Amino acid sequence: MVSALRRLGLALLLLATSLAGCSGGDRLTLYSGRAEVQVKPILEMFERATGVKVSARYGASAELAAQIAEEGSRTRADVFWAQDAGALGAVDKLGLFAPVPPPAAGAVDQKYRAPDNGWVGVSGRARVITYDPRKVPQAELPASVFDLTAPKWKGRIGLAPTNGSFQSFVTAMLLTVGEGRTRTWLSGIKANDPKTYASNDLIVRAINEGQVDLGLVNHYYLFQLQSEIGPERTVARNHYTAGTDPGALVNVAGVGILKSSKKQADAARLVEYLLTEPAQRHFAQENFEYPMLAGVPTAPGLPPLQPTQGPAINLGDLADLQHTLDLLRQTGLL
Amino acid sequence: MALAGAVAAAALLPVAYLLVRAGDGGWSAIADTLFMARTGRLLVRSLGLAAAVSVASAAIGIALAWLTVRCDLPGRRFWRVVAALPLAVPSYVAAFAFVSNLPELSGFLPTFAALTLLSYPYVFLPVAAVLERVDPALEEAARSLGDGPGTAFRRVTLRQIRPAAATGSLLVCLYVLSDFGAVSILRFDTFTRVIYEAYRSSFDRRPAAILGCLLLVFTLGILVAEARTRGRARYYAGRGTPRRPALVPLGRWRWAAVALPAGVAGLAIVVPLATTVRWLAESVQADIDLTRVSAAGGSSVLASVLGAVVTAAAAVPVAVLAARSRSRIAGFIERSAFVGHALPGIVVALSLVFFTVRFMNPLYQRLPVLVFAYVVLFLPLAVSSIYGSALQAPPSLDEVARSLGRRPLEVFRTITAPLLAPGVAAGAALVFLTCLKELPATLLLGPTGFETLATRVWSATQAGAYGDAALPALLLVAVGALPTWALARRGGESLS
Repeated sequence: MVSALRRLGLALLLLATSLAGCSGGDRLTLYSGRAEVQVKPILEMFERATGVKVSARYGASAELAAQIAEEGSRTRADVFWAQDAGALGAVDKLGLFAPVPPPAAGAVDQKYRAPDNGWVGVSGRARVITYDPRKVPQAELPASVFDLTAPKWKGRIGLAPTNGSFQSFVTAMLLTVGEGRTRTWLSGIKANDPKTYASNDLIVRAINEGQVDLGLVNHYYLFQLQSEIGPERTVARNHYTAGTDPGALVNVAGVGILKSSKKQADAARLVEYLLTEPAQRHFAQENFEYPMLAGVPTAPGLPPLQPTQGPAINLGDLADLQHTLDLLRQTGLL
Repeated sequence: MALAGAVAAAALLPVAYLLVRAGDGGWSAIADTLFMARTGRLLVRSLGLAAAVSVASAAIGIALAWLTVRCDLPGRRFWRVVAALPLAVPSYVAAFAFVSNLPELSGFLPTFAALTLLSYPYVFLPVAAVLERVDPALEEAARSLGDGPGTAFRRVTLRQIRPAAATGSLLVCLYVLSDFGAVSILRFDTFTRVIYEAYRSSFDRRPAAILGCLLLVFTLGILVAEARTRGRARYYAGRGTPRRPALVPLGRWRWAAVALPAGVAGLAIVVPLATTVRWLAESVQADIDLTRVSAAGGSSVLASVLGAVVTAAAAVPVAVLAARSRSRIAGFIERSAFVGHALPGIVVALSLVFFTVRFMNPLYQRLPVLVFAYVVLFLPLAVSSIYGSALQAPPSLDEVARSLGRRPLEVFRTITAPLLAPGVAAGAALVFLTCLKELPATLLLGPTGFETLATRVWSATQAGAYGDAALPALLLVAVGALPTWALARRGGESLS
């Protein structure tokens, strides 16, 4: 019985190997840290427009960055599309990216691409304070995240300390105002008894259901909730803090071309396509993100990206979270 | 022995990788990472969680096994199958379901509860199998010599189930050390979370590797301790046919006792499934692509079947060697098979990326490498199943057959293999189940575009589209329920 099983197993193995061998070849390979539901439609549009087929591998940005680092110059990836600039910065630091060709790179504001054009942002997201208007009247909304340490916000704040976007935001605060003030702010928030959640969408749902008054999240979660349960049932609203406040951080999802790729031309075409109007309009309308291309309107209800929105930092520097994590742990938020 | 050695070498690849990466920065870097106060604290938390879950799983597993096999519990055959079903539920699905009902759930107690609910079948299955098969004559003899029921249980039955319970508890312990899904969602800081965080925070693989090595050292310690407790006892099949023991009457506790299997199964199975169905119902724009989900189902089954078959085959030489030989080398080989089981999936996956890219490049990100990853990850599950059956195949039988003129291969085919068969089948079923749920290795090493049910569930929850996660999650549990049901029904005669 065991030997029969073994023969069957070997046969299956050979069959599977031969079947699995029919991939690669003429397809571009994309490593995507973004979810499939957001990436696949764009890839289909790209194929219709240019005829280039793309094979996508989906994972978490950080794990894919580690995988690319481990693969080194033998990586199978032609393009890496990451959810945040940190992952792109890490791969760039290892020298694995080829510079994005000028026309595409030039289309993106300097703030949202690597200084050496190793990677470019293709869509943006802003940190916001999502709030429950039934509990927080407009006049009371804080102008800056630093105001949230005031005693009146005790027990009313929702956070997701384990979430990458939150940690990036704290890193941005560290980079702009330094450790002392960041530590004071974190301790102040902790003293205000925040409610902690495992993820951003849980916070937004909780705000909508009246369980917490406001939360520090990314702007698009509210729009996603609205499209899922309908505008009549969506009570929560977004509040944007002013200008260069760290709470207004704009982070980007972006792409880079791998230096070792043998399909540089096709890879460049994909990157260029992502910065054309149809793709950018898709990001704006379907994912509710900020388009990087000038002249593309944002989704209804989303104010357009201001040039002075968010702190002035090099987004690639958000890669180093070690200090942030230490601070979060020392102040007891993590 | 050579075969077993080769298998053990394969299982040690992740260890080699960790040593290479950890050594990247020299001794000072290692010291820096290791001697942070936090490292010590986290180790205590991880080991504490693993110990607590192992003990609780053992208690629940033994209690349920006793109730469903030896007592006259109403509907006990049904409960026998249902009690094993939590094996089919992935820890990230269960944890996510719990959190979506109680969003502020986090910390030690919920993590302990969730992991216990999902891991106790590792103890339940082998103990139930032993209780079913064991000769009641010993227990009856003890009673006839004056022991009360409690004492007889303690002195006779407990000793008989001890090896099964110990092996099951070991698997639970190693699993808890390696789990990432539940601890990350329920936000309890363990070693695996720190390892993942190390990858995420500095995108530098070295601190993660150093921590991984530390985890290995502790795993080795646990394995050595377990081997010591196993003792020298041999439990070869006795003479004569064991009778079915009389069922213990529960009296007025009969219906109350149903609460245990019902409560446990309810929390572990019904809550996650009902929650996924609720997501589906609540979501307006769930995209139910039946063809895609069934394609993912097909891929899941293909990869898992291959994983199960190859792992079971690879485990046979290791298990037979462990059962028959007491030499140091045999012990070393057996331990090598287990040592990687406590490593988080991402570490094993990256180690295989490292090796296959350098030494097996054409095969990288092809199905065979993914199957190889499954073997490295789940070898211990198969080895522990087959070990039990191997104990039923004493070498004396082989020797008799050889003396009667049969050649070695024939002896294996006609004598040893049939005796090992139940263990191999049970081991394969268990590995199949675990491969179905596997996530990190599949994401990194599967062929690009290869989708399994587990990756679809993950993909949907990543995007916040919980409605889309419902169908693959339900299908995952349904497909996983089949081998679980088979394992429980045939008495899993060999998982001991």
